[in-house]
Amino acid sequence: MNAPILSILLLLPVAGAALVALIPRENAREARMAALLATFLTFLVSIPLWTSFRPGDTAMQFVETRAWVPALGLTYKVGVDGISVLLVLLTTLLMPVCILASWSVQDRVKEYMAAFLLLESAMIGSFVAQDLLLFYVFWEAMLIPMLLLIGVWGGRRRVYAALKFFLFTIVGSLPMFVAILYAYFQSGAQSFDLEALRAALQPSGSAPLPLGASEARWCFLAFALAFAVKVPVWPLHTWLPDAHVEAPTAGSVILAGVLLKMGTYGLLRFAIPLFPAAAAEFAPMMLALALIGIIYGSLMCLAQEDMKKLIAYSSVAHLGFCVVGMFLWNDKALSGSILQMVNHGVSTGALFLCVGVLYERRHTRLLEDFGGIAKVMPAYAAVLVIVTLSSIGLPGTNGFIGEFMILLGSFEAKPLVAILASTGVVLGAAYMLWMVQRVLFGRVTHEENEHLGDLRSREWATLVPMIALIFVIGVAPGIFLKRIAPSVEAWNRGIRAAIKVESEKRLEEEARRKAGLPPVEVPGPKEPRK
Amino acid sequence: MNEAARCLAALPFVCLAGFLVNGLLGRRLGRQGGTAVGVAAALASFLLAIPVAREVFSTGEAVKADLFSWIDTSDLQVKMAFLCDRLSVVMLLVVTGVGSLIHLYSAGYMSHDASVPRYFAYLNLFMFAMLLLVLGDNLLLTFVGWEGVGLCSYLLIGFWFDDPEKAYAGRKAFVVNRIGDFGFLLGMFAIFVVFRSFDYETIRANLGDSNIRGRLLRTIEVGLPFLDLKISLVGAITMALFIGAIGKSAQIPLYVWLPDAMAGPTPVSALIHAATMVTSGIYMICRLSHLFALAPPTLDIIAGVGGATAIFAALMGLAQNDIKKVLAYSTVSQLGLMFLALGTGGFAAGFFHVFTHAFFKALLFLGAGSVIHAMSGEQDMRRMGGLAGKLPATFGTMLVGTLAIAGIPPLAGFFSKDEILWRAWEGCLTGKHVGHGLVLGLLGSVASVLTAFYMFRLLAMTFFGSSRGSAEAHSHAHESPWTMTLPLAALATCSVAAGFLNVPHVLHGGAHFSAWLAPVLAPYPEVVTAEQFTHHGAEMGLMIVSTLLALGAGGAALWIYVKKPGLPASVIQGSAAMGQLYAIVRDRFYIDEAYDRMVVKPVKTTALLLWIFVDVLVIDMLVNVAALVAEVVSEAVRRLQDGVVGTYAVWFLAGAMLLVGYFLYILGVA
Repeated sequence: MNAPILSILLLLPVAGAALVALIPRENAREARMAALLATFLTFLVSIPLWTSFRPGDTAMQFVETRAWVPALGLTYKVGVDGISVLLVLLTTLLMPVCILASWSVQDRVKEYMAAFLLLESAMIGSFVAQDLLLFYVFWEAMLIPMLLLIGVWGGRRRVYAALKFFLFTIVGSLPMFVAILYAYFQSGAQSFDLEALRAALQPSGSAPLPLGASEARWCFLAFALAFAVKVPVWPLHTWLPDAHVEAPTAGSVILAGVLLKMGTYGLLRFAIPLFPAAAAEFAPMMLALALIGIIYGSLMCLAQEDMKKLIAYSSVAHLGFCVVGMFLWNDKALSGSILQMVNHGVSTGALFLCVGVLYERRHTRLLEDFGGIAKVMPAYAAVLVIVTLSSIGLPGTNGFIGEFMILLGSFEAKPLVAILASTGVVLGAAYMLWMVQRVLFGRVTHEENEHLGDLRSREWATLVPMIALIFVIGVAPGIFLKRIAPSVEAWNRGIRAAIKVESEKRLEEEARRKAGLPPVEVPGPKEPRK
Repeated sequence: MNEAARCLAALPFVCLAGFLVNGLLGRRLGRQGGTAVGVAAALASFLLAIPVAREVFSTGEAVKADLFSWIDTSDLQVKMAFLCDRLSVVMLLVVTGVGSLIHLYSAGYMSHDASVPRYFAYLNLFMFAMLLLVLGDNLLLTFVGWEGVGLCSYLLIGFWFDDPEKAYAGRKAFVVNRIGDFGFLLGMFAIFVVFRSFDYETIRANLGDSNIRGRLLRTIEVGLPFLDLKISLVGAITMALFIGAIGKSAQIPLYVWLPDAMAGPTPVSALIHAATMVTSGIYMICRLSHLFALAPPTLDIIAGVGGATAIFAALMGLAQNDIKKVLAYSTVSQLGLMFLALGTGGFAAGFFHVFTHAFFKALLFLGAGSVIHAMSGEQDMRRMGGLAGKLPATFGTMLVGTLAIAGIPPLAGFFSKDEILWRAWEGCLTGKHVGHGLVLGLLGSVASVLTAFYMFRLLAMTFFGSSRGSAEAHSHAHESPWTMTLPLAALATCSVAAGFLNVPHVLHGGAHFSAWLAPVLAPYPEVVTAEQFTHHGAEMGLMIVSTLLALGAGGAALWIYVKKPGLPASVIQGSAAMGQLYAIVRDRFYIDEAYDRMVVKPVKTTALLLWIFVDVLVIDMLVNVAALVAEVVSEAVRRLQDGVVGTYAVWFLAGAMLLVGYFLYILGVA
């Protein structure tokens, strides 16, 4: 508990990257081993986040605070709670898997490994940062290695995909940066510390609100845009299929497994808590977009011929479930939503690994190039079926618990939302099993497929942890939920209360204005300290 | 936990263990090892069920086993716990008993197959899931089993997956079932919102609570733009659950997966698609009978759907030539009769038919399997005939099964079907609801007559007359090994004897089965004691008429298909109208084609159009326009592209740093 675990987690991959950079170019093997070692070590260091985490405690844990640039209000403050701890663990677990899955990368190995390691630090940083500016630095820092992974090690249309990814992300992120600064100045908090900023934006007692209603709406929208692009929320999703198709296998795994969660996590940690009343106003819109995402994303899957594209669109649908769970202020739905973020990382990550297995052998991902694979690769077939079942939420697997809790909670809050979202359950089975049939079943129709080798030990090493998690979460969700649920309950309580206070204050302001009374003095931007 | 509870806790997991052993080590075990593990696991679960059943039968009280807490948050607790009460003990014995026999049968039937361990792995997994469904002490656990059996059904229908049609049949079953599950899920959610729990005992106990009852009976208005629906909350809940039952138990309009499911190995059809899984819908409604009894409109719909399915499927059964397809439509039809009974409030009657049907339908399927086995895979009855002498044991047992399903006294089907027909006709014959009762009664009786006809047609085409197949196939035909005939004999015995458990009062029986279930099923519409019951004449008359009709229909079928085998063809060819009618029935009323054209294709086309127009044309075009703007930037970047990744990275980092630094600078100065 006393060791600065989070800081070590942030620094280890960077150190690994530096180490990899020192390895001579021709020693590709050493570069791989060094990266594997660094990510594995990072994973080992992260284990106390599971073992020493206090499940009932809803406050931030493993907190480290250091003044950094006091003149700017920038502090180095990191911590995790029930909402983020599993996401950090997911990241540290997926990284060694990704490195192993990248063993066959031959081109510029050390740069590739370094990019991955830097990406890990940036991702962990985004999940643990408790200072808005610090978060933004990590958030933007993630962009660079991911862009390189797609743009340099990608497929044929990598430049297009990378540019699209970059454009979408930057268009989303810059307004958020402006909103961060605006909120900072208006709040007079003198600090980017999330807690301080939140307190300043939602002052207690009768103190007036520093942001006007429409200002708060704009700020929320700016934040929500940045995060919605990452999720991705319909109709901001079209970068995802291209990015996935072009990205190398491990890039897809980390993109689906962790990066998309950055969007949903950001909404939960920043966008909603900082501007709760605005979030409540836009909740119907977010729900509608998420529901469209579920149904539309599922329909898209039925029209795809490329396995990666299909899985990418299925992510749009799955993340739609997560977003639904977040805007209902319902404990079950939100717990399910967070668990589903982890589940999606595991299941979809594993699906991309499975696609990678075939791609390495056949250099194609088109469904029509396969068929009858179950005959030649029976173990692979079993794995793919298990992963598919988890993706369509079969009981006993992780996917069921998440989906079920989201739907149950939604039904409690807004039955219509649950009814519409449940159609995704039907469509999900339709497109995933259709994919499985076209890849695995039937006769082997392509000569090249007749002598494909079954899973190799390196591939087993990447898939076994995923399968284990699929069943562990499915059978014993309690050990995960007991970490998530208390934080979720506190979060919902806080948001509900904040919405109430803020709307009451707004009504009061409105009433004063109507009565012709002067508004309560709103403190303007405070003078920065000299 | 006492001994019975310990056995109860263990018995599903024995099957799970069998699945794991065969699934993980199958290739090392080989055919014989895999068979031994699979059969042993099923048999062990049956042996473990015996002390549980003994305890339940001797005390009349439920045996319970709490295992662990599955989901546990502050407002949602679900336990992994088993409940074996008067209702589930019957299913427990059927599942493990018939299941064991079918495992044994499979040992013979599948002995030549290349992937025996995989087969037994799936079969054991099915047993595990089915036991969860039956024994779960809460609705969610039942749903877990419900989905689990669906998975195994998918895997086993598509067991010979290199045939794309078989793989497709499996997928179809799964997806159609998911449509039903959509309803099940929503019903389950609503139950949770009302009762704050999924536990059966809590639900039942709280039904007595006047607040909850009031809430359930309150009318909710579903204001849709095109439909203003008024329905009580409990009506909505039970309808949603019934949609789930429609999917799993293959009723109109979701029955289409079951005939295709015959693509699976025949023992699978016997176990999953006849005796156990497909009756889950009926079991679930019986489990929640007290809830359903609060929603008479739902019960009416259940009766109507069941009756319509019974007759519709029986019609299609008349014109099938594939021996398994006849049995498949027969199953759909019999399930319809069970729902008909449930809909009239005859929960015990419907469930009794579940019980007897498990024996004779499993027997018929296994018999068909024995014939197919003997004919080296031939399933078309037009190429069979004259097999009675070649396969005496198969013929004898199938004859018993046919008599039983046709409702000939005193076999099991007679008693269970009679009970259902009485429930259906009761309203009419007692003068309470004449029109209503007449419709339901006719649906049930006509379906029963058709049943007798197509079953004797099957018997005649398969076993009587002279051989119509190749002489070689006929001469090779041989009786199956003991592993297959022993289960046939056991099931035949049950098909004869099971009916005596529920001999009605009118025949001076004790109606023991119904009495046994009375404490756990809802009394609906009202309880009638034997003394109050005055319609003995009507009941007796119905019984006699039904029997005569069944005998007549069976005799007619025998006469036509044995003595006048050319008659059906000449009738069909006799007039154009008859020919068309026959084609429509044979082609199953083109329902599959209609679904394909009206549901599947439009969904796929919509998907494709949306993708092309919305994603590719609209959204991406906007993006590309934005990209044009950005081209200036990219032009600048391109100049920096020297192909060295390190340089890219440096530039990007530098850019990002500059950006961040710039803002920090502004902040600091301001």
